[in-house]
This record gives sequence, structure tokens and C-alpha cells, in this order.
Amino acid sequence: MTAPTLDPETSRRAARRADSIEPALKVEGLWKIFGAKADRIIGTPDEHLSRKELQSRTGCLAAVKDVSFEVAQGEVFVVMGLSGSGKSTLVRLLTRLIEPTAGTVRIDGEDVTQAGKAQLRALRRNHMAMVFQQFGLLPHRKVIDNVAYGLEVRGEPKAKRLARAQEMVDLVGLSGYEGSFPDQLSGGMQQRVGLARALAVDPQVLLFDEPFSALDPLIRRDMQNEVCRLHEEVGKTMVFITHDLQEALRLGDRILIMRDGEIVQIGTPAEVVANPADDYVRDFVSDVPRSHVLTLRYVVRPAHDGESLDGPVMQANQIVRDAARQVLASSLPVRVYDDDRFLGVVDDEDILRVVVAEEGA
Amino acid sequence: MSATAVRERPTGPAARPPATTRASRPRISVRRHWRPFLLGAVVVLWLVLWAVLKGTQTLELGGAEKTDFHLWLNSVRDSFDAARSNSAVFEYVVQPLTDGLNGLVAFLQSLFSQPSALRPVPQVGWLGVVVLLAWLAFALAGVRSMLLVGACVLLFGFFGYWQQSIDTLVVTFVAVGLCAILGPPLGIWMARSRRVSAIISPVLDLMQTLPSFAYLAPLALVFGIGPAAAIVTTIIYSLPPLVRITEHGIRNVSPTTLEAVTSMGGTAWQTLTKVQLPMARRTIVVGINQCTMAALSMATIAALINGPGLGQPVLQSLQSLDVGSAFVSGLAIVLMAIMLDRTTTAASERSGIEARVARGTSAGGFRGPRARRVGVIAGAVIAAVAIYLSHNYLALAKFPASPDLGGPLGKAVSAATNWTVGTFSGFTGWLKDTITTLLVNPLESLLAQSPWWVMALVLLGIALALGGRRAAVAAAACEAVILGTGLWNESMKTLATTLVATLLVVVAAVVVGVWMGRSRLADAIIRPVLDAFQTIPSFVYLVPALALFGPTRFTAIVAALAYGVPIATKLVADGIRGVSPTTVEAAESMGTTGWQMVSKVQVPMSRAAVVLAANQGLLYVLSMVVVGGLVGGGGLGYLVVSGFSQGQLFGKGLAAGIAITALGIMLDRITQHAAARLGRA
Repeated sequence: MTAPTLDPETSRRAARRADSIEPALKVEGLWKIFGAKADRIIGTPDEHLSRKELQSRTGCLAAVKDVSFEVAQGEVFVVMGLSGSGKSTLVRLLTRLIEPTAGTVRIDGEDVTQAGKAQLRALRRNHMAMVFQQFGLLPHRKVIDNVAYGLEVRGEPKAKRLARAQEMVDLVGLSGYEGSFPDQLSGGMQQRVGLARALAVDPQVLLFDEPFSALDPLIRRDMQNEVCRLHEEVGKTMVFITHDLQEALRLGDRILIMRDGEIVQIGTPAEVVANPADDYVRDFVSDVPRSHVLTLRYVVRPAHDGESLDGPVMQANQIVRDAARQVLASSLPVRVYDDDRFLGVVDDEDILRVVVAEEGA
Repeated sequence: MSATAVRERPTGPAARPPATTRASRPRISVRRHWRPFLLGAVVVLWLVLWAVLKGTQTLELGGAEKTDFHLWLNSVRDSFDAARSNSAVFEYVVQPLTDGLNGLVAFLQSLFSQPSALRPVPQVGWLGVVVLLAWLAFALAGVRSMLLVGACVLLFGFFGYWQQSIDTLVVTFVAVGLCAILGPPLGIWMARSRRVSAIISPVLDLMQTLPSFAYLAPLALVFGIGPAAAIVTTIIYSLPPLVRITEHGIRNVSPTTLEAVTSMGGTAWQTLTKVQLPMARRTIVVGINQCTMAALSMATIAALINGPGLGQPVLQSLQSLDVGSAFVSGLAIVLMAIMLDRTTTAASERSGIEARVARGTSAGGFRGPRARRVGVIAGAVIAAVAIYLSHNYLALAKFPASPDLGGPLGKAVSAATNWTVGTFSGFTGWLKDTITTLLVNPLESLLAQSPWWVMALVLLGIALALGGRRAAVAAAACEAVILGTGLWNESMKTLATTLVATLLVVVAAVVVGVWMGRSRLADAIIRPVLDAFQTIPSFVYLVPALALFGPTRFTAIVAALAYGVPIATKLVADGIRGVSPTTVEAAESMGTTGWQMVSKVQVPMSRAAVVLAANQGLLYVLSMVVVGGLVGGGGLGYLVVSGFSQGQLFGKGLAAGIAITALGIMLDRITQHAAARLGRA
């Protein structure tokens, strides 16, 4: 936690985070079906139809089908899928930019789906903030006024909101540009403004809708690092939408993979790569350099009879790539522990199998 | 991929089961075949029937003849006049409105342009007016506009039309001011509610489609002739563009930005005032520009119902065929159009986001915002001093009679016209006679000499072939209305003139438009000329046409050409330019020649634009052909004009207005549906 975001509210929440097990975001049975009389489909046998069949039979399009998940406080939760998988609809359902057809969304225990107009507005103003693919900046306002907009609509006095906005501009590394207009900035810088705008309202949950897809690859990497840094500094809960698997693996504590509006798999990056739920996910992760994602947990094996158990000790959550040098350097198999529990051993061959397998793939 | 699912829905056909596609394919091809066949059959049958039945059952009506309907309209007028004193609607709604508008105009006139009972000169003299207008231009637009406005206003005086010019400005400003109060809220409402938009849009359509000539008489009936009716007419004509452009501007605010703002919990009011209006500001000011130009155009035509201003001298000199005076007063209108257009355009550029960005980041200096603010305040002081002086000193109050530019200019133009007509009468006469004998006369004979029922069926058949069933229904309704007015024959004559002019417009538009669409250079040179033509109020086109061709039907056609070609050409050029560059490139890579590119790729791909150009051309031409009634155009326009001037012909003139409206709607529907059909195919 750094100074800029520490206000009484935040510290109170931080305290609560420590002793409560309330998830930051809880989604249960969320549905979105576009089309006439869409609400009548849920609960009938039709709801089990595939997206294509449903569309040809009723003309309705199921964008999000019965999605449930929880996001823990401070977690970075990535939703990944190809275009048309319903991930952008999903993130909009969370703040009701699109009205859900059925299901509930709770943010810090507050029910978003049941909120009245004013309550929803209050939730949007104080509890969540979103970063958009096309930035969505106000072209007629300077950077500083763009960042202050969220504070302005909730009625904060001018001096206070400008001070806060300036802090955020500094935080995202745009110091000196606060007087510029969005059109005068590069794409990456504009998205930093979008980021600062979202952070300015000090939300519990930050939502990212493919924020870096419109940026070129080098800038994208930069911005991903920026998000990692900000997450370390401000520790916000983040829901991050992307179609880019690399991005998902880089940023996510956990990843939700969607296809045709349904959840295919939820898991940590290593789980997803090591144990794909089906061929769709397997196909997806086939190009991933496994040694960059897998941890020793997925490589470890029981010691053979007579194998030496005097080698160095390593933790199971070490990424294979990071562990490789040490394992290869050691003449004895490395012992792998999950905290104090002995899981097994890893030797040169096990490491090479992970690295070589991906070459062959 | 924002809101993918919503956007993907309309592109559904691929997902639809293939059976329906296969079933519908043969039906479409059958439909394509019977239309040209029907069209051909109709034309052949028409020619045969015309040859056999020529001159019978044409429903011709003599100049002074009136039908019962016309007499009934006369009596309606009389009862309106009677009702003025004893009806509640008149007493509490119409009369206060009329008095209010008349009073407002009279007040502004006594302030700026006309002597009042108490003073032999207006309250603010010419110097005050000039400086005040120049200051307004500076405050709203900039230094260049200030100089332009100052020069133009002085020229109005030197032309000898000081009072009429300021009157025109008063009427235009009052109308635009009321539009600015009514238009943006209406546009915002339409942008926020699809239902409101669906209800109001057709009304605006109608307001824009109606030839302005048609509703002058009914409005004069309600509001009496004079400034009030002139202002209401002007508002009807100039409000639609403002409303539409406002709606467009608000709707076009980037959806991502709106979504972002919503996600931050802004209220609807906050979103409107902090986001939508600021982002649409430039567009709305463009709407004010369009509205102003339309208002000026209509304010001059309103001279027919005794609206004050420059339209009066133009009208008088057109009716007395005094080309010199008509030219000078017409020139004053053109100057006013240029002045208003440049100033409002500069104002809209100033209010654009780019300009605000540039201003917001420039750090002051000579051209910075602070220097400007000082300039505006200093200008206000100067204007106040000028107003004070011109209020108190006669020399600064009454515009000096010399130097008189108008008189000599008028004489010179008359002389030049006489010389031109004398020298080129061979050519102009040949042109007039050729087009009249080759196109106008045969077509008029075909349309007006056929029995009415033949014509009615022919028009129905053509509507069906070109526009489909809904166009045919609209055509049938309009035909019934025209029959009801008792002016079938006159309507057919007007239709003939309109069709000839439209044909010429479309030919010119396609030739020039294709050229512009293919050559950036041609576009860069021709487009400003077309823009200039479009800013000139329609009334003024009659002057040069009259000078060259005298008072005939052909004069109206020439004026209609000058009025209709710019808009149609621009539409064609934009259509050609809109053809996908990839397609053009692909065609080029296959060795297409220039002519093949035009005839096989560019024109076919932009045919919807061509039909739309024909549609717009038709409406513009129709309104001009009708105005041509003033200079011997004959047909319905002449009846409307004589309805204004002769009491017993009022009913007939009003009926002619109704017939014009019906004709306009019929042509509009047919071409709109045809354009939609082609756009789909």
C-alpha cells in the first residue's frame, strides 16, 4: 500500500479483508440472453441447448450462460476467450451496463443486480471502475479533468478532486501531461489516463475490458508491467478481460476460460496449462512455453528406490524456468516441498522433458 | 469487441438454416425481371393511348375558371377572416402569437432599421448597426469575419438597400433565435428516445419535402400577411436541419465514451451537460449555420406574403422585368448569404474540439485567449460609443445617399444584359428553342394531353415498377389529392417541366460528379463553387436566368438547374468516392480501363447515391420550377403567385399549393423507395 490510495476507507477495508472471508466479487448463475422474451427461456429445457440451436429455434442469442465464480480480495482474475465468447458482455453485466437476464452479482456483499437506480449509481461511483478497450476518454477535457470526472459526478469539491486526480496522474507516470488533451497523447498514454481515471475513485474492484488490445505489442507489454506494478502498489481486486492468452498467463492469479458464453475452465495459469479441461483449452495452450508457466508441482515425481535424497530443497510453487538452472547445476535430484510437506524429487531429465516437449509441440 | 453479442445479431443470415435462403433465391430473380418489363409495357401502352386519345379528357381549366373546391377555399378564407374577431382559438392562441411576433419585429425595426412615429430615424443609426454587427462577428467568430461583416453591411447601404437589408437581418435573426430555442431541445429529445424520433422524423421529412411556396398561403390565412407569417414560414423551413443535426450530433457521441461515463455513475443530466452537449457542440453550431442559411433563403421568399426585407425589391423588379434592380438587390442577398455563412462556419470551427485543444494549450501571447477577451471587451465599449453617437447625430443615423453604388451598378447590369442578349440572342434563343421543342413540348404534350385516367394509370405503373407497392400506394393517394384540387392539367404541365429539369440535373450531376469522384483536383476546384451556389437563396437564381432567357418556361428550368445541380453533384461525387478503394484496386489489377472502371465498377456500386441525387434534385427542381411561376413559368407556380395578388383567385392558388405538395410527395416517395430498393440490391 502506498500513500496515494490510503484513506480511512481503504484501511478499514484492508482490515476487513484480513479477517473476513467475504469474496470481493461473487457471481452466481449469471445469464444474458439477447432477443425477444429472452427471460422465458431460462428454466425451460431450452436453456440447455447450444448457442447455435437456441438461435435457430428461438432467434435469441445466449451471450452468457449460467456463469458462476468468485474473486477473492486483492486477486487478479482474468476472463479469457475468443471474440464472440461473451467475455465483454460478462464484464458489462457486472456493473449492469448490460442488464443481466438472470443471476446475481455481489460486490463486497452488496447485491448489484437488485440495486435500484440510485443505489446502482452509488455502487458505480464508489465501488467499481472500468477501463475500456477504446479508452472512452472525453476529448473536450484535459487529462486532469478526465481523471477527475468520476469524482466530479459524485460531487467532490473541486480542489479535492483535482488534488486526487494529480496524484493519480503521477501514479500512472503521466506527470507533466495533465494539461494536454487526449488527442495529443499516444494510445498507450491515453490508456494510462483511462487507468488513472478508474483508480481516482478508489474502487474496490477494477474492471478491465481488453484494455490493451488497441495498443501495439511493445506498448502492450509496457502497460501489462504497469498493471502488475499498480497491483503491487494499490492491491486492488481486478477483473481483467482479454483474448490474449499470454496476457492472461502473465497477469492472472486465476483464469476463467469462456467459450460460447459458457465457462470451460477456471484455474491458475499452471493448472490450465498442465491440465486443460478439454480439447478447446488444450488447443489454446498448446503454443504456450510450458516451462514459463508450470511450477515444480506439475513436474515432481516420487523418488525412485535408491535415489539420493540429499539434494537441495525447493518450493513447489517455483516456476520451472526459474528453477531450471539450479536443478541442472545440482548433481543430485532436487527435493520439492510444499511448505514442509515433502512432495518428491525433480532431476535434470524431468526439467528437460518440459523444455523439450514444448520444442516438439 | 465491445458488446459483441448485440452487434453480431443483425449479421445473422449465415447462421440461419440454409433452406430459407435456397427457397427465397428464385423469388428474388423473378422480381427483378418483371419490373423493367412492366415499365416497358406501361410506356408502350401510354404512347399508343396518347396517340389515339390525345386532347380528350385532359381536365383543362381556364385561367379564371374556378371549381367548387376553389370557391369553397375562398369561403374558408372569408370565414377565417370573420373568425379572427370571435373565435377563442384565434383570440387566445393565434392572435397573441401574431401580435407578439409582429411586435417583436416592429420593435427591432424601430431600433435598427425604420423610422418610428417619434423619430424620423431608427433609434440606432447606421454607424451603430455596422459596429455592433462587426463586434458580434468578432466575438462569435474572429477578426476575418469581423472585417467581412463590416464590409458587407456597408455595401448594403451603398447599394441603396440599407433599410431592407437590416429588415432581412431582423427577420432572419428572430427566426433563427426561435429555432435555436426550439431546435436543440427537440433534437436532444429525439436523440434520447427512439420513439420520439420515430414520431417527429416524418414530420420533419414533410417540412423539408414541402416546396416552401406551398405553405405560404395557408400560413398567411392564419397569421395574416406580414412579418408574423413570414417568421413562422421561415421557422418551418429552417427548423428541420437544426433539429436533425442536433440529433445526429448527440447520437454520434462515441458509445465507448458514454459507456465509460455510465460506468462511473453519472446521472442522465450530468451525462448530457458534461459529455454529450460539449462533444456535440461543433455539430450543433453547424446546425445553426444550416438553419441560418435556410432562414435567409425563406425570409426573402416570404416577401410574397409581405414579409419585410430584401425579398421585396427582388420580387418587384422580377415582376417588372427590371433586371438591373433585380441584380443589385439579388447581389445584396448573395453578399448577406456569404457573410452569414462565413461567420457561422468560422464560429463552428472555433467551437470544434481541435480549436479548443489548440487554444487550451497555447500559453497566452498575442493571439491567446486573454488577448481575445480584452479585444471583445474593448469592442463592446467601441460598439456602445458608436451606438450612442449614431443615436444622437443625424449624419451617423441616416445612411448617406452617396456614394451610390446601386444605381450605376443596376444601369451597368441592364446595359450589359441588353448587350449580351442582343449579341448572343442567336445562341440563347437557339438553346431555348432546341430544348423547348425537343424536350419540353413533347413531354408536356405527352403528360398534359393524355386523358387524365391514362396519366393516372401510367404514373401508378411507373411508381410500382420503380418503387414497389408502397410507392404505388403513395402515388395513388397523391393522385387523388391532385384530382381533388381540380388542377390536374396544370399539375401535369408542372410535372413535365420538373421532369425535363430533373433529367438535365441528373445528367449534369453524373458527369460532373463522376469527374469529381475520380479526380481529387477536380473535386478541390469544383466543390467550393458548388458550396457557394448552395448558400445563395433560391430566389436569386431567377435573376440571371430571367436576364438571359426572358419570361418563359425555360427560364424556370435554367434557374432550377442552377439550384438543383450542386446538391445532386455532391451526392454523386460522394457516392463515387465512397466506392471501396480495395474494389477499385482489385479491378485495376485486372486491367480495367478508365471507362470500364466508371461504367462497370464505380457507377454501378454507387447507384443508390445516384438515385438519391435524383431524389434531391427532383425536390430542389420542383421547388424552383414552382418559384419560376414568378417569371412566366406557368403551371402551378403561376397560380400560387396570382392567388396572392388577386383576391378571387385565392382559393385556386391555395389549391395549387396543395397540388404542388401532393406532386412533391409523390415524386419523393417514388424516388426514395427506388433508392432504398437499389441500395438493398
